[in-house]
Amino acid sequence: MNFLNSLISGLSLGSVYAIIALGYTMVYGISKMLNFAHGDVIMVGGYVSFCLTMYMGMNGWIALALAMAVCTLLGITIERLAYRPLRGTGSLAVLITAIGVSYFLQNSALLIWGANPRVFTSLFNGVDTIHAANGQLTITAESLFTIVANIVIMICLTLFVSRTKAGKAMRAVSEDNGAAQLMGINVNRSISMTFAIGSGLAAVAGVLMCSAYPVLMPTTGSMPGIKAFTAAVFGGIGSIPGAMIGGLILGLIEIMSRAYISTELSDAIVFACLIIVLLVKPTGLLGKKVNEKV
Amino acid sequence: MAERKENKAGAKRLRNIFFGNEYKKEATISYGILIVGYILLQLGANAGLIGRNLQGQFVPICVYISLAISLNLVVGISGELSLGHAGFMSVGAFTGIIVTRMMEASMPSGNVRLFFAVLAGAITAAIAGIIIGIPILGLRGDYLAIVTLAFGEIVRNIMNVLYFGLDGKKLKFAFNHTIDGVEGNQRIITGAIGATGVTKTATFTTAMLLTLFTLFVVLNLKNSKHGRCIMAVRDNRIAGESIGINVKKYKLIAFVVSAALAGMAGAMFGQNYSTLAPLKFNFNTSVLILVFVVLGGIGNIWGGILAATLLTILPEALRQFADYRMLTYAVVLIVVMICTYNPTIRARAGMVWEKISPRKRRKKKAEEAADHDETGKEEM
Repeated sequence: MNFLNSLISGLSLGSVYAIIALGYTMVYGISKMLNFAHGDVIMVGGYVSFCLTMYMGMNGWIALALAMAVCTLLGITIERLAYRPLRGTGSLAVLITAIGVSYFLQNSALLIWGANPRVFTSLFNGVDTIHAANGQLTITAESLFTIVANIVIMICLTLFVSRTKAGKAMRAVSEDNGAAQLMGINVNRSISMTFAIGSGLAAVAGVLMCSAYPVLMPTTGSMPGIKAFTAAVFGGIGSIPGAMIGGLILGLIEIMSRAYISTELSDAIVFACLIIVLLVKPTGLLGKKVNEKV
Repeated sequence: MAERKENKAGAKRLRNIFFGNEYKKEATISYGILIVGYILLQLGANAGLIGRNLQGQFVPICVYISLAISLNLVVGISGELSLGHAGFMSVGAFTGIIVTRMMEASMPSGNVRLFFAVLAGAITAAIAGIIIGIPILGLRGDYLAIVTLAFGEIVRNIMNVLYFGLDGKKLKFAFNHTIDGVEGNQRIITGAIGATGVTKTATFTTAMLLTLFTLFVVLNLKNSKHGRCIMAVRDNRIAGESIGINVKKYKLIAFVVSAALAGMAGAMFGQNYSTLAPLKFNFNTSVLILVFVVLGGIGNIWGGILAATLLTILPEALRQFADYRMLTYAVVLIVVMICTYNPTIRARAGMVWEKISPRKRRKKKAEEAADHDETGKEEM
């Protein structure tokens, strides 16, 4: 039973990582940049939702939708102001700018909301926890919903990318930027859309994560951000199913090592697993192998 | 008349010695910045022109310059992105602290202890570099970056649960709070709290010597046969491989030398504070060092030196803005990155520079074609 409980919380945490990892993996796929500010967009999503429910007494779900809208706008703005001027100048310059954006978001949050941790009211406040097997197995509404939400998002996104015109345009841009432009695809719009989707999902992840672990601080987003990024690499960066598998595995490893090995060393174990996976499969679990041409 | 000619010839010879080729130019400027900076800061401190806060930053500035130079070896010269430089720094710092604590009873001279601390830091960080470098250097690009990130996080995590203590003369360590036969005050490193009660031995002069040493190693490596092999592999891995360069070997050399230098800088850093927590060496610190390198111009060593100095002083200088300090820092970082790397802005700045710089103007008039070639090179 203990194992099953850990399994469920692992899957739930993994689902949060997977949703965040989607943002990383899509942005990486289309613009080949490591968007380190993504983790902080999660935090902004959490704070917006927190403020709307706390100070304006809104329903949690409406707050979630508004938080998604705010983060979507934020993502587009960040891309427009900070990343677009540096497009095509090599990944390092954009990486540092992304780090600058990350500092900016964290410190803005620090100024607006202060350094004190805020207690987040769960989206499922008042919903009963499911008890099974004589009360030994507990499934919280949060973890159940997170897992379901992850699956739904994954299906929708896969359909979007493979079936719709906009999704195909996104894939074309990530395949070959120049050729896509020649085919009449609006590259700027495709990239903006990727950032919008990724940031909107980050807001969902932020609210879900804060529902499960209800502490909100300006630095809340950074560690899950790094881990989700690891998850994206784990699954093969650029691949949408890879992000899901990577996120789930990472969440499971983290919770299992917390339960059975050591709480303090769980992060080290997670990262060690990443190194081992990359040694065996250098482009991640589902990553494409790119052959170099002379 | 003859005297004048001789003077001119002498000046030319001097110029040739210091600015004769790209390597000499880089070396002269880099050493020059460090030495002039050292003298100015020393004089300023002695004359009381420099405040206490800033004086406290002298050693960290030297350490960060060393780190920027050593990371430049990996990022600029070897062309690999490393996000775990702070991990090596951490290894060096805590080794150094253990070594100085063990020597405290037998060796009264602080400088000698510092020397051994730095040496031990270099050795352990180099070993860590070899352990992590051998398996991972086959990875490409961003994947390598992630593994170095993972390495940094692993080091921080392990240091969080590691306990070191001295039992008489024996060094003991454990992964939990109790170490057999070690009293509270004999503890050297206590998990997440880190090292406490460190006797500070680092001084501005020794830190500057370390920085000069780091610069010496990196510049000489860059200008050696090995350095040219490393850069050849960076520019085109396949071409390098096909003319018989052992890619893995040269990547490993760059990585391990860089790790060892980071370990030395870390040891110096550890000797500058009475307490040191492992949290200090987190991902943000790795990123900070990377920011120095990228902002100074990837591969440009003296640019890294200036960037490290300015960005270490900047948060101090912004102290009057109190709450807005880090926000300003972030904005400055973004704006500077966009201004230095955006192609349109760069082209405009280049035009303005050509107008105001008399030397450029003369050159342009004299050799239009050659000048065009050179600006092309600078833009690289």
